[in-house]
Order: sequence, then structure tokens, then C-alpha cells
Amino acid sequence: MDIILKIKEAGLVGRGGASFPTATKWETVKNAPGDKKYVVCNASEGEPGVKKDLFISKNHAERMVDGMKIALDYLGAETGYIYINPSYYNKLARKLNKLIKDTKIILFKKDHRAGYIGGDESALVNHIEGRRIEPRLRPPYIATNGLWNYPTLVNNVETFYNVSLVSAGEYENKRFITIGGDCPNEGVFYFDENWPIEKILRETNNYPKFKFFVQIGGDASGEVLNSSQFNKPVSGAGSITVYSAIKHKPNDLMRKWAYFFFNESCGQCTPCREGTYRLKEALKKKNIDWQLVYDLLGNLEETSFCGLGLVAAVPFKSYFNNVYKAYD
Amino acid sequence: MIKIKINGKEFFAEEGETVRLVALRNGIDIPGLCDHPDFKPKANCRLCYVEIKGQKKPTRSCTALVEDGMEVTTESERVSKMRNTNLELIFAEHIEKCPTCVWRFECPLLKMADKYKIKLTRFPDRKAGRKTYKFANAVEIDGSQCIDCRSCVDACAMQKIYYLELKGKGIEQEVVPTNDKKKHCILCGQCAVHCPVSAAQEQTHWEAVEKIIKSQKKIVVAQFAPSIRVSIGEDFNMPYGKVMTEHVVAGLKKLGFNYVFDVNFAADLTTVVEAEELLERIKTKGVLPMFTSCCPAWINYVELYRPDLIPNITTSRSPQIHGGGFVKTYWAKKMNINPKDIVVVSIMPCTAKKYEAKRKEMKIGGNFPVDYVLTTREFSFMLKKNEIDLTELQPISADSPFGEYTGGAAIFGGSGGVIESALRTAQFFAFGDNEVCKFQVDFKDVRGLEGVKEAMVDVAGNKLRIAVVNGIGNVKPVLDNLKNYDYVEVMSCPGGCIGGGGQPIPTTPEIRQKRIAALYEIDKSCELRQSFENKGVMEMLDWAKEQGKHTEHKILHTEYKKRK
Repeated sequence: MDIILKIKEAGLVGRGGASFPTATKWETVKNAPGDKKYVVCNASEGEPGVKKDLFISKNHAERMVDGMKIALDYLGAETGYIYINPSYYNKLARKLNKLIKDTKIILFKKDHRAGYIGGDESALVNHIEGRRIEPRLRPPYIATNGLWNYPTLVNNVETFYNVSLVSAGEYENKRFITIGGDCPNEGVFYFDENWPIEKILRETNNYPKFKFFVQIGGDASGEVLNSSQFNKPVSGAGSITVYSAIKHKPNDLMRKWAYFFFNESCGQCTPCREGTYRLKEALKKKNIDWQLVYDLLGNLEETSFCGLGLVAAVPFKSYFNNVYKAYD
Repeated sequence: MIKIKINGKEFFAEEGETVRLVALRNGIDIPGLCDHPDFKPKANCRLCYVEIKGQKKPTRSCTALVEDGMEVTTESERVSKMRNTNLELIFAEHIEKCPTCVWRFECPLLKMADKYKIKLTRFPDRKAGRKTYKFANAVEIDGSQCIDCRSCVDACAMQKIYYLELKGKGIEQEVVPTNDKKKHCILCGQCAVHCPVSAAQEQTHWEAVEKIIKSQKKIVVAQFAPSIRVSIGEDFNMPYGKVMTEHVVAGLKKLGFNYVFDVNFAADLTTVVEAEELLERIKTKGVLPMFTSCCPAWINYVELYRPDLIPNITTSRSPQIHGGGFVKTYWAKKMNINPKDIVVVSIMPCTAKKYEAKRKEMKIGGNFPVDYVLTTREFSFMLKKNEIDLTELQPISADSPFGEYTGGAAIFGGSGGVIESALRTAQFFAFGDNEVCKFQVDFKDVRGLEGVKEAMVDVAGNKLRIAVVNGIGNVKPVLDNLKNYDYVEVMSCPGGCIGGGGQPIPTTPEIRQKRIAALYEIDKSCELRQSFENKGVMEMLDWAKEQGKHTEHKILHTEYKKRK
């Protein structure tokens, strides 16, 4: 059976966080006109609290590279890039370079200044091209107009890993989950993708005895849930972070998130460049102007240029709704 | 043809047009600061949201393409919330310097604050510590007023100069001059004419000019460029391309200038000088192709980037320098005024003219021909500041003897105009009076707004190969193929001076088209269309000759040198 049918049958979705159907993306790139095509493996992993791409590139690099090769073959692509987080590069470059020797694949070390935004597929394409590291205006999309304006397939490390499994007939609908925070057994685990949060925490002996809440899909942009909401599976980038409700003061957490988004903003659009800065400043105050905070968050999710800004309100709003209100 | 509805009203649109473009064309105001028809949409200001029927979320009208049957609403509670929050954020980036800002009467920030009833001060200003980058004595970028729309960077890239760059990320982002020593600013001012908030702007002379007029100690002479008469009206609610020649004179008189001269006169003079040089070069097999020199940003370009081409540039001075030079020599003598007591102020569509005026080699007998240069925007600001409505003034003709002009001079302000004028005169000089039928007046091949225009023109048996470069960004292919040409005009700004860096904002392709069309209308309506027919010009040139070779050369010609 040809690979695209296998991917479709397995129902693979992107593991970078957006869960876009993999087969659709592959076919878009395949069908896009262009004398050259490119493949990029996104190992940027700029979201704090998520370490699964590091885990895979360390322990299953062969699979990741195999998935890329399958994509290169399928598309007849010119070159593949592994766009890798600089600290991962320092750990893994030797091994990875050995693996990709005599292939069409090149290891591209992400600039340490590229940060969170470097993981956006259009920012990453700009980076590889040597342009300013910030998202592009879309459409046109990267699938049709990516690297040097050629059709470009950008997939996450785990997506390529899954493609390799699918190709070998070994895919079992599992996903990698990073568990961290206030829990004893931190690490990266591999479970059925439908396992609910509670089951995962219990299975790994991480279910706390104290009052707590979790953030899933990343410590910055992830959604915050309370213990009555643990019966659903992990969405977004695969991570669960446990927070002790006593240890984490609400304003400190919000300040931390605000600072993160402020610090990572590329500066391109008003709501993110200015909004995250004003949000950070507003939360610094002793008497916080909550109406202002709310306006700025709403504006981020309504008018931001790229995903970073659009999701910036998620932790705050879910925290308000699921934790702040539920526990007070 | 597509039909769309905006706020319940039906409008025609072309495929590929954006909603915002169609709205603006039909007088429906959708706010926006970062898009400009000269550039690809950047969609970074996030102000131009509209509701489109059938879409869940408001959409940016600067990127939304029209579709047949589309129904657009420009206001809703959600739209106004999105727009107003972003406006408040943008206001806090821009430190208001309204009292001395030449852009105060046109400022979109003030207009929007007023229209949407938004406080300018919800957030404290954050850019107080930002630097002002000055580019020679002509252009500057004041970082404390910048709203990060990046249009200046786009403008610099459109010119293929790439002098302006973005530095830093997040709120540290800043437009800065490049560190690359191989790149130089040519002072064209396209950054300024594309800046919505006057952060990129001219280095102003209006304060100094105002002071001198007030002091009443000098004879203050204004001379205004060919192109500003067709653009200044825009700042006074006149339609694009409205010819305002005599209103301009009246406005300048009202501001207190003692004499007002028309640079069109000097443009006729420049034409004759340049045409003679062209014929001389052809006759003596001198350096060809010959380049025009009227555009000071182009001169900067040659001196900074291609000094090897200096011998190709006509040594003829530009119209403003010719005009000022004759004012301080011929006219001063005639009027019995000490040239030191005359102050010449040019009203120009241009920022680079400020630099040209202060070139040391322009001095005649220790005096600069031109003392100050005001842009069209500065002129319009001075009028508004003094509550002078140009349209209400009684029209007045420019003062003699620098008041007369031919159609050849009138078209100087548009791309192709200088070369067309020079060709009209050169052909006549070459063929002579007897062969009237052999020369033409209209050279349509050199007109229009394409990047490079080419023509073949017969000048007394010599087939001259002509090129016209419209916008310095288009100059490379011509410079790469110099052997193919004998005479080349280069205007750095798109459309020529009518699209100059000192012109009213906005300046768009459509507006340039209308301004340039107005220039050709003036040309057509002139009784005399060839510069040599301007009797005053020929008289002055004779006078210059009588002053001896040295003085004549000083007044008529200049020199260039390699820089950096």
C-alpha cells in the first residue's frame, strides 16, 4: 500500500501541537507545482515543559530520519532539514550527523535567539533562508510556498517518527507525553493517545495527594485544567505539568506566562508586540487592572498575526475559568 | 467585474483587489496604517478589521480579497473593540510632538483618536529614549514617533537601496540605518513619503524660513518646483492633479515672501544648457551616454555607488540651482541688491534637494544659490499653521523675470519629462530653423510609469538611443547595458518628482498617474512648448556669456566627485 494511504488509514495528525491531518499536508505539498521541494523536520521545541522531541531525537533518531526519508522519496524532494533546538544540537549533533551521512538531510542549528517563534513553520523557513526570524503573512502557505518559495513540508519530530512506524506497520496510536512540575516521576512517557490525563498521572505514580491543577500542551501556551477535568486525553503538544495549588500563587503564574510571551514576541504585529508588553506591565502592579488584562488578552486572541499571539490568552483564560473560579 | 456590498451599498471591484482598497476608493474610511499600494500587504498594524457575512471572525480588509456577492460591514461592536485596543497600543508608541510636527494637520493618529473617541493616553509612552537617525542634512527617522509599521523599510527596499533595516525583536524592534559600509542613503525620502506618522521625515527648514521672513531684514525670494503645483491642492481637499500654479504664488506671497519665482523658468534654462551639452558631446564624440542631473538623489547614487559614471553626467546644474544662481547674480544686479541680502527658498517635492542646495561647489562668489529648501509638505504645513486656505486665495502670477515658461519646463516634474524637454530643444538646435518638419514636440515613448522606457530619436541624422529610468530601483538593467544608450534620464522617485519624497501623503500609483497627467495638460495648454522659445531664458544665457567664461561656467555648470 502506498504511504499516503497508510498515513490516512492510521489517521496521523501533526504532533507539533496543531494536530493538522498529516496526509492532507503531504498531499498539498505533493500537488503544489515547483521544480524543487523541501522537507523540514521541526525539532525546535521552544515550548517550555515539552521535552518529547528531545527524547525522540535522542532515543529514536533512526525512526525520525527514516520518516524524513520516506517524505523525501514521496515528494521527490531536493533536501531535508532537521531544524533543531540549539541545546539539543549541542547534545546530539555528532550522532545525528552520523545518521544522516550520505542522505539528502542537513542538520540546521536553530539560533538561540530564535526562541519560541522560531518553531512557527513560516518563521523557521525564514530562518533557514537567512531572513528575519518571524512568521510570514499567510496565505500563501508554506506547503505551497515555503523555502525559497518552493513547496515545503514541515512536520514535527514525532510526526516523522510516526510516519516511520506507519510505514513499517508498527504504529499503535500512541503518543509521547512529557510529565513534569510538582510530581515525583518526571520524564517522557509513551501511552495510547486516548488515555485520559488522570490515568496517565496514576499510571506514572504522579497523581498528587495535595490540591493541584495541571497545564497540558506546554507550560506557556497550554490549557490549565482542574481535577474535575482530567478525564480527557492530552491535546496540543504532548505534556502534562502538575502545579501544587498552594505553592503557585495566581499572580506569579500569570506574571511568568506574560513575561514569557513578552520575551518571545517577534515584534511584528501590534497586539503581540505592544499587548504582551502592556500585559506584563499591568500584572506587575500591586493593584492589577483586571479589565485591562482582560482587554489585552482578548485582543491577543482576536487580532494576533500568528499562533504565538493567538494562543497567548489560553493559559490565562483557562486558569481563570478552571482554577481561580473553581477553587475560590 | 465583481460586485460587492459595503455597508449595504453596492460597489464594483476588480478581481484581486482587497476589500480595503475598494472601500477607500469609494470614500469609505477603513482605518489602517501599515498598508500602501506600493507594497505587498504586511498586515502588522491590525486596525483594518471588517465583518464579512458568513465568516465567524472579523477579517483584515487589507488582505481580504473581494469575491462576487461579498457583503462587508465596516463597523460592529467586535470590530471596534479590536481596532480601538490596537489603536490605543499604537498611540503609546508615538510620542506626540504635535506643535512642531509638519504632519500635524494630516496626522492619521489624531484623526482616528477623534473619530473613534479614543484617549491617546491609556498607556504611558514607551519610546521616549529612542534615537533620531539623521541622514546627511535631508532626511531623518525619529524613533520616538515610530509605530513599527515598517513601510519605510519597504520603501527603501523598493528603491533597492536597502539602507534601512530592522533591528531587535519585540518592543526592542527599531528601524536603523544599516551597518553595511557598502550601502548608502541617497536621501530620496521615499521612507518619509511612505511613513504614516511622520517618524521618517524631512529635516525641516520651515522654522528658519519663518524666522527670516519675520525679521524683515532680508529680501526673501521663493521659487517653486514644476511638480508641486499639481500636488499641493491635495492637502486642501482639491482633486488629485488639480493645477494650482497661481494659488501657490498667492500662498507664498501671503506667507510673506517678497518675490515668488517659478522654477519652470529655470527648467527651461536647464533644458537649453543640457541640450547644448548633449549636442556638443555628440559632435566631439564625448562621453556617452549622457545622464541627466536634475535628480539630486540620482547624483548621490552615482557619487556613492558608481563614481566611475561621473563623466557621463551632464555638468548642467539643476533648475533650482540655476534659478537661485541667476537670482543672486543677474537679478541682484538688475535690482541693485547685494546678493548677501537675498535669501532664496525653494519649494520642492524632494528631500534630496536640501542636500543639493548645500553642496559647496554650488556657491557663486561665496553665496549659495539656494539658502533653504522646503518640501511640499512643509509648505502646506506653513499655510495651515497660518490658517491660509490656498483655495480661497486670489490667484497671482509669478514675478518677472522668472515667471515665464514653456511646456518643456512644465513636464520636468514627471518621469521622462526632462529628457523630452531636452530632446525638443536639442532637435531644434541640431536641425535648425529650416527643417521644421523634421522635429517633433511630443515624445510619447518616454512618457508613462513603466520602470524603464526606451526610445529612438533622430537628432540631425544621429539616431539617439534613449532610456528613461523611473525609480532608482529600476536603474540596474540600464547601468548594466550602458553601451546600448546615448542619453539616459534617471529619476530616483517613482513617477519622477510628482512622486518625490517631499510630496503630500499619500502618494500612490493612482495619485502619481493623476499628477503626471496634469503636467502634460499644462504642457499642452502652453503656447510655447520648447524651452529655447523662452525669450527670458535666452536673454539670461546671453547675459551669462557676457560675464566671461569663468562666471558663466560657475552659474551654469557644476562638478561631481566620488564619495566614501
